[in-house]
Amino acid sequence: MADEQTTLPPDDPVRFYQVGSFAVGNRLQPLDLRTVQAAQDRPNALTCGHRACQGCGEALGARYALDAAVRATDGRLVSVNATGCLEVFSTPFPETSWRIAWLHSLFGNAPAVATGMAAGLRALGKSDVRVVAQGGDGGTVDIGFGCLSGMFERNDDVLYICYDNEAYMNTGVQRSGATPPAARTQTTQAVGPEPGNVFGQGKDVPRIAMAHEIPYVATATVADLHDLEGKVNTAMGIRGARYLHILVPCPLGWGSASKDTIAVARAATQCGLFPVFEARDGEVVASTPIRRLTPVDDYLRMQKRFAHLFAPARRDDVIDRLQAMADRNIRRYGLLEEAAR
Amino acid sequence: MNEKPFAITLNVGSSLANHTGSWRTERPLYVDRLPPCNRACPAGENIQGWLYKAEEGDYEGAWRVIMADNPLPAIMGRVCYHPCQTDCNRAQIDEAVGINAVERFLGDLAIREGWRVTVDAEPTGRRVLIVGAGPSGLAAAYHLRVLGHEVTVRDAEPMPGGMMRYGIPAYRLPRDIMDAEIARIADMGVRFEQNARVEDLEAALADGFDAVFLAVGAHVGRRAYVPAGEAARIVDAVGLLHDVEMAGETHGEPPRLGRRVVVYGGGNTALDAARTVKRLGADEAIIVYRRTRDRMPAHDSEVREAEEEGIRLRWLSTIANFDDGVMRIERMELDETGFPQPTGEFEDLEGDALVLALGQDADLRLVEGVAGIAVEKGVVQVDDGMMTGRAGVFAGGDMVPADRTVTVAIGHGKRAARHIDAYLRATPYVEPPKHELAGFDKLNTWYYADAPHQVRETIEAARRTETFDEVVHGLDEESAQFEARRCMSCGNCFGCDNCFGVCPDNAVIKLGGGKYEFNYDFCKGCGMCVEECPCGSIKMVPEE
Ligand SMILES: Cc1cc2nc3c(=O)[nH]c(=O)nc-3n(C[C@H](O)[C@H](O)[C@H](O)COP(=O)(O)OP(=O)(O)OC[C@H]3O[C@@H](n4cnc5c(N)ncnc54)[C@H](O)[C@@H]3O)c2cc1C
Ligand SMILES: Cc1ncc(C[n+]2csc(CCOP(=O)(O)OP(=O)(O)O)c2C)c(N)n1
Ligand code: SF4
Ligand code: SF4
Ligand code: SF4
Ligand SMILES: [Mg+2]
Repeated sequence: MADEQTTLPPDDPVRFYQVGSFAVGNRLQPLDLRTVQAAQDRPNALTCGHRACQGCGEALGARYALDAAVRATDGRLVSVNATGCLEVFSTPFPETSWRIAWLHSLFGNAPAVATGMAAGLRALGKSDVRVVAQGGDGGTVDIGFGCLSGMFERNDDVLYICYDNEAYMNTGVQRSGATPPAARTQTTQAVGPEPGNVFGQGKDVPRIAMAHEIPYVATATVADLHDLEGKVNTAMGIRGARYLHILVPCPLGWGSASKDTIAVARAATQCGLFPVFEARDGEVVASTPIRRLTPVDDYLRMQKRFAHLFAPARRDDVIDRLQAMADRNIRRYGLLEEAAR
Repeated sequence: MNEKPFAITLNVGSSLANHTGSWRTERPLYVDRLPPCNRACPAGENIQGWLYKAEEGDYEGAWRVIMADNPLPAIMGRVCYHPCQTDCNRAQIDEAVGINAVERFLGDLAIREGWRVTVDAEPTGRRVLIVGAGPSGLAAAYHLRVLGHEVTVRDAEPMPGGMMRYGIPAYRLPRDIMDAEIARIADMGVRFEQNARVEDLEAALADGFDAVFLAVGAHVGRRAYVPAGEAARIVDAVGLLHDVEMAGETHGEPPRLGRRVVVYGGGNTALDAARTVKRLGADEAIIVYRRTRDRMPAHDSEVREAEEEGIRLRWLSTIANFDDGVMRIERMELDETGFPQPTGEFEDLEGDALVLALGQDADLRLVEGVAGIAVEKGVVQVDDGMMTGRAGVFAGGDMVPADRTVTVAIGHGKRAARHIDAYLRATPYVEPPKHELAGFDKLNTWYYADAPHQVRETIEAARRTETFDEVVHGLDEESAQFEARRCMSCGNCFGCDNCFGVCPDNAVIKLGGGKYEFNYDFCKGCGMCVEECPCGSIKMVPEE
């Protein structure tokens, strides 16, 4: 069935659509201003029946990103997937949830496999077919990091998407280089004087990617679909190495309610702990301003992995350090500046 | 033989074979919840429903949704005290939706475009008498006519409209607007008999009517005892407003009360009287009220408009006597219960006339001695279906116990019409069940764009006091539509596609035409669609 648009009076002067550009669609909005996800015939690159947990942010983020990539390339794309939840829940042999050309690499080599694919396609004279590589934060910031850095350095024509759920979720929530300080994981238990993950470690891979001065680096979350789709679209319009880092809350690993996956991601952006920005050739060119500033408390309290900061006694010392991280992001990316966008 | 490639033992299949719906312990359901505006509307309008159509620019459709409940939108858009806006959820974000202004825009547009209502029901052959052509009688007449009954309205005044015409001044309700809305009801075949006071209800009943709706209002101005000299001019406010209207109708002399006029009372009638007195040429109009401003029953916007017009207000004052152009004013004090107590301190106030605006009583002579009709505290007692103790005799509006507003009167007319219809068909009227409330806690307001309220202009105060021109102006189309789009559609899906978009399991099917459906084969019951629905139109229920 074709998608439909409400017939509005011929020259409708009202440019206010009740939900502006925040909701997925809106019956009053012209089709071209709606998201890919709003279309009745959206690609559904990742279809039903996958084994992701209830309310999985990674499943959602992957469909958001890949659907946008399919639209941007007219379906002319292939993808490589590192080992991790996304790969495991989508393809228990012999079933697959993917409706695009999709290959499972190894845990640590997705960027290298993608590089090879891009080179192969070029050799075949099919460089109109684009390559998207995807992996979890463990696969990206830790084990696959060498391959990724090489792919960046060579400026290979690949969009690499990292679905950041801030730990090794598929193997039971072990700490990764993207796990935030103070968070409880299987390997950073909430015990001792400094419970949870330690401060001062970990890697800020979007900034490391920027240091490679590749054409495009961006962050996004499942809480802002228009922004996420816009960034995939921009990335697919550029040749060379591109990096997109998407925050995808994990109800299981974070101890958040499955219904709150988007709410948690939104809270991460609204306190400043997860800055949403865009960089070209190593320089930040835009950031998404915070709309309703909240203290980090609101974000932390939604997740059991931070429960030890509030009970049995409130750990102001630790919360203050997390707040300081958020404040630094706000300064660094100008998240409270009206004209940041 | 194995035809498959090396190391492949099974055919590749889609995960669609894996029905993850079996994991679910709770299921999402689409629901309609009752928006607080709808709940608050005394006329029972489906406000969210008509704003929805107005958002799309389907103004006629919007108007017809209003007309299903209320036949007087252009009047409503001017005189209704809009309790809907008081309860509007948007008030908790920035400002309430300007429901009343949009209603007026639609009402005026309908008059300009000549939109009509046709009677499509089969004639029932039943005859209903309506006594009183105020808003309550008009609403009952309209709804009964739509249902196919023959309706006669008998009214004591030369023109229909009741207190809307003989009380509410023209600067708030222009007569051409009211005439157009009443004419639309007459055009549907409702018979109006003016200058036809019903003195004897039993006689009227014997006249071949199957049911009667009484809506005679409350027109007798309450008097307070003010010791006064021979020459002191004292009138009551409703009498004064009535005379002003009659003077306009007959092109006669409007009443003259002098240069300085004092109005005694704190309700809307006092304000209307004072503002009218100014328009009649008084240099000064002073309102004297026993309590404080915050205790005035008058609505704040009207007090504000009166102040802008230069009307003076004296709080905590009573009038002890009036003689020789001087009123003795006693200063009052509120006791701990908020009741005004005399202080024994007096002061003189010069004035040529005193207008009493102390409320009205109903003139119930026509029901005196009618078997079964009970009168208590000056008003007629009715049951939930607006029926008096006398079978077939119904009553509503100002003459029954309720708030005395045009909108309440219209709501009574509608309710009475439904029950009269049921009475005539000898089938009980079953009210549709009320939906659960769409309170603010049901909304996810993140998704609504920030937007200010479009305020109606008031004509320049200085010019206004000289004329009976309308004070508050309507919205143009652009701002009316903008205002309609500020509505958050509380509790009712408005087609934002959020549920369809946010489901990690693609378990929402978008059917088109603003309809969605859950695919329970795959829905895992995470509840994200519920959480992210802006308007609270989905809920989780336990799986059996
Ligand atoms: C000055 C003033 C301003 C007001 N402003 C507002 C406002 O801004 N907004 C608002 O919501 N409300 C306002 N009100 C209140 C509102 O006007 C009334 O609540 C409403 O009109 C009541 O409607 P009704 O149909 O019950 O009676 P009415 O409007 O009083 O109509 C009753 C009709 O019945 C006729 N009648 C009486 N006896 C008989 C009889 N025996 N036989 C035949 N006909 C008879 C009367 O002449 C009258 O025409 C105002 C009232 C006053 C006095
Ligand atoms: C070389 C190698 N080491 C370990 C594993 C086991 N393993 C599979 S998935 C995974 C964790 C993946 O974590 P991440 O990349 O963050 O993805 P997530 O599951 O969190 O989405 C691990 C350790 C493996 N498959 N290969
Ligand atoms: S936002 Fe709309 S539906 Fe909600 S209470 Fe206000 S007018 Fe009614
Ligand atoms: S978001 Fe999808 S899976 Fe979750 S409850 Fe709603 S329909 Fe079911
Ligand atoms: S999320 Fe949007 S489309 Fe879905 S039920 Fe709510 S209002 Fe309707
Ligand atoms: Mg991970």
